[in-house]
Amino acid sequence: MKLKHISSLIGAVALAAGMLAGTAHAEDKVGFVYVGPVGDHGWTYRHDVGRKAIEEAFDGKVKTSAVENVKEGPDSERVIRKLASEGHKLIFTTSFGFMNPTLKVAKQFPDVKFEHATGYKRADNVSTYSARFYEGRYVVGKIAGKMTKTNVIGYVGSVAIPEVVRGINAMTLAARSVNPNVTVKVAWINSWYDPGKEGDAAKILIDQGADIILQHTDSPAPLQVAESRGVWAVGQASDMSKFAPKAQLTAIIDNWDKYYVERTKAVLDGTWKSQDIWGGLDTGMVELSPYNEAIPEDVVALAEEARKGIIDGSIHPFTGPFKKQDGSVGAAEGETLGDDVLLGMDWYVEGVEGQLPK
Amino acid sequence: MSGFDWIVPVFLTVITAATPLVFAAIGELVSEKSGVLNLGVEGMMLVGAATGFIAVTVTGSYFLGVAAAAFAGAAMALLFGILTLSLMANQVATGLALTLFGVGLSALMGQDFVGVPVDALTKLNIPGLSDIPFLGPILFAQDALVYLSIIMVGVVGWFLYKTKAGLILRAVGDSHDAAHAIGYPVIAIRYLAVLFGGAMSGIGGAYLSLAYTPMWAENMTAGRGWIALALIVFATWKPGLVLLGAYMFGGITILQLHAQAAGLDVPSQFLSMLPYVATIVVLVLISKDQSRIRKHAPACIGRVFHPAA
Repeated sequence: MKLKHISSLIGAVALAAGMLAGTAHAEDKVGFVYVGPVGDHGWTYRHDVGRKAIEEAFDGKVKTSAVENVKEGPDSERVIRKLASEGHKLIFTTSFGFMNPTLKVAKQFPDVKFEHATGYKRADNVSTYSARFYEGRYVVGKIAGKMTKTNVIGYVGSVAIPEVVRGINAMTLAARSVNPNVTVKVAWINSWYDPGKEGDAAKILIDQGADIILQHTDSPAPLQVAESRGVWAVGQASDMSKFAPKAQLTAIIDNWDKYYVERTKAVLDGTWKSQDIWGGLDTGMVELSPYNEAIPEDVVALAEEARKGIIDGSIHPFTGPFKKQDGSVGAAEGETLGDDVLLGMDWYVEGVEGQLPK
Repeated sequence: MSGFDWIVPVFLTVITAATPLVFAAIGELVSEKSGVLNLGVEGMMLVGAATGFIAVTVTGSYFLGVAAAAFAGAAMALLFGILTLSLMANQVATGLALTLFGVGLSALMGQDFVGVPVDALTKLNIPGLSDIPFLGPILFAQDALVYLSIIMVGVVGWFLYKTKAGLILRAVGDSHDAAHAIGYPVIAIRYLAVLFGGAMSGIGGAYLSLAYTPMWAENMTAGRGWIALALIVFATWKPGLVLLGAYMFGGITILQLHAQAAGLDVPSQFLSMLPYVATIVVLVLISKDQSRIRKHAPACIGRVFHPAA
C-alpha cells in the first residue's frame, strides 16, 4: 500500500514537471508517409533517419509513426487521412505525388500541420520543403570531370521531371567546366526504384563507354554494377559505400534530421507557420559523404572550392555563360538562373546526349 | 563503339534480365496447365529472394541459398494450395492476397539484411569454349542458374507433352470432372503443380537477390512476377514460347535503354509498356481465334473443383 502511494506520488510529480517543462501534451504524435520501403537505402531511408532523429531529440515525449510503400495519387489520401484522424499533430508526406492528397486532407483537418516534400502547393496548414540536391551534383560534377578517362559520364535517370533534369544539368556544367571534352549519356528507367532495371541501365552505360555512373534512382544497384565492372560511381541519398567500397567517389546525402526536429519543435511551441523551404548545402539538408581516398588531392581541392563557394554564395551552379543542348543560350555571361527557371527546367544543357523524354 | 562489339554485352544483359522471368513463368505455366491460376507469383518471388539471400549470408553456400529459396517459394504455394484447393477459396482473390502477404513477409524477414552485400553468383567459364569470340561469352560463360532456367524449360516441355504424367496433368487442367471420373486424384495433382510453380518462382526471386543485383532490398522484384504472368498468356501456354517471350521482354527493356544511352530518340515510356501491349494483343487474338491458339490454354483454369460424390 505504502509503496503504491509513493509511486503514484512520484508519478504526479513527474507529470507536473513535464507540464512545467512546457511540452503541452504527453502524447504528441508525428506521422510520416513514405513512397518506398525504409529498406531502399536511399530516399525513404533518409526520411526515416529524420523520423528517428525526432524520437531521439524529444526523448520519448513525441511518438512517431510511419507508413511505407504508399502509392502516389489517390490511394495516399486514405493513408494521410488515417494519420490525421488518429491524432497526429504533424504529418510529413515525403513524395511529390502526395501533393494533392495532402492538400485535400489538410482542408478537412485545419488543426493538423502538414509538411509536403518537393511540392509547390501550400495552404495555411501545409508547408513545402525540399533540398537543392543540384548543389551536391555540381560538386560531384567537378570530381567526375576530372576522374573520367573515357570522357563519358553515365547517368541513370528515373523520371524526367525538372528536379532530375536540374541535377543532370548541374553535374554536366561542373564536369565540363573542368574538362570540356566530357559528354553525358542518360538512360531513363521510368521508375524511382527498380534495382534490376537500375543495374541494367548502369551496365548499358558502361558498355557504351561511361567510366563514371551517377544516378537519380533510389537503390544501390548501379553502384554495385560499377564496383563489379571497375568504374567509378556516386552514391545517391545516403552513403552507399558498403555496396561499392572501391567505386564510390562520394555520395550526395539528404539530411532531413535538423529540419524535422525544428518543425516538430515549432508545432510543440505553437510557433509553426506555413512556409516554403528549399535548403541546400548551406543548411545541411544536402551533404557529401567522405571523398574516396583514391581521388587526387588537387581534385578534392576543386570539389571543396565548389562546395564552399556554394555555401558562402560566391558560386551558383547555374551561372552563365552556358548553352542549352540545342545551341541556344541557357544563361548569358554573368547571368544566374532564378529559382523559377530551375523549378521548371525541361531542357538539357550542352554536353548531354540524347533527347529529353517529353 | 564500332562494328558489332556492342552485341555481346547486350546479349549478356538481356540474358540476366530474362532469367528470373523464365523461372517464374515456367513454374506458373505448370500450375496453370493443371488448372490453377496463382496470381501470387510476385509474392512467392519476393519470399524466395529474401530467403535465398538470408541463406547465403548465413551459410555462405549458394547451393543452399537456391534450395532454401525454392523451399520458401513452395511453402508459399502450399499456403495457396490449402486455401484454394482444400478450402476452395477463390483463386484470383487468394493469389492477390498471397502477393500482398509475400511483400510484407519478405520485408519482415529481410529487415536485418538490408544493406548487407554478398558476392554475385560466379559465372561458370567453360574452359576453351568461353574464349570463342562472340558466341563464347554468351553461350558458355553464364552462371549456373541461367543454364538451369533453360534446362527447366526443356524439362517442362518434355514432361507436359512427352510423358504420361504430363498428359494426366493437362487432362486435369482441361477437364477436372472428366479426370476425376476416370479416377485421377485431381486435388493431389494440382497440389504438386502448384508446389512446383512456387519453387520455381522462389528460384526466380533468388536469381534477383543473388545474381542479378546481389543484395536484398524490399520489393526488389518490382513487378517482375506480373510480367511473368503476362508472359504465359503471351506464350499461349507453350513452354518454348515462354523462353522466347522472356528473352523478348527482357530484350525490349535492354535495347530501349541502349538506344537512349546511344542518344537515339525513342519514346522510353512507350517501349516500357510494350510487353503488356503485346500480351493484350495476344489475349485479343485468343478470344478471336478459339480453335488455333486456345488448344494450349487450359480449359479449367481458375475454376474451383468440387469433387462429385
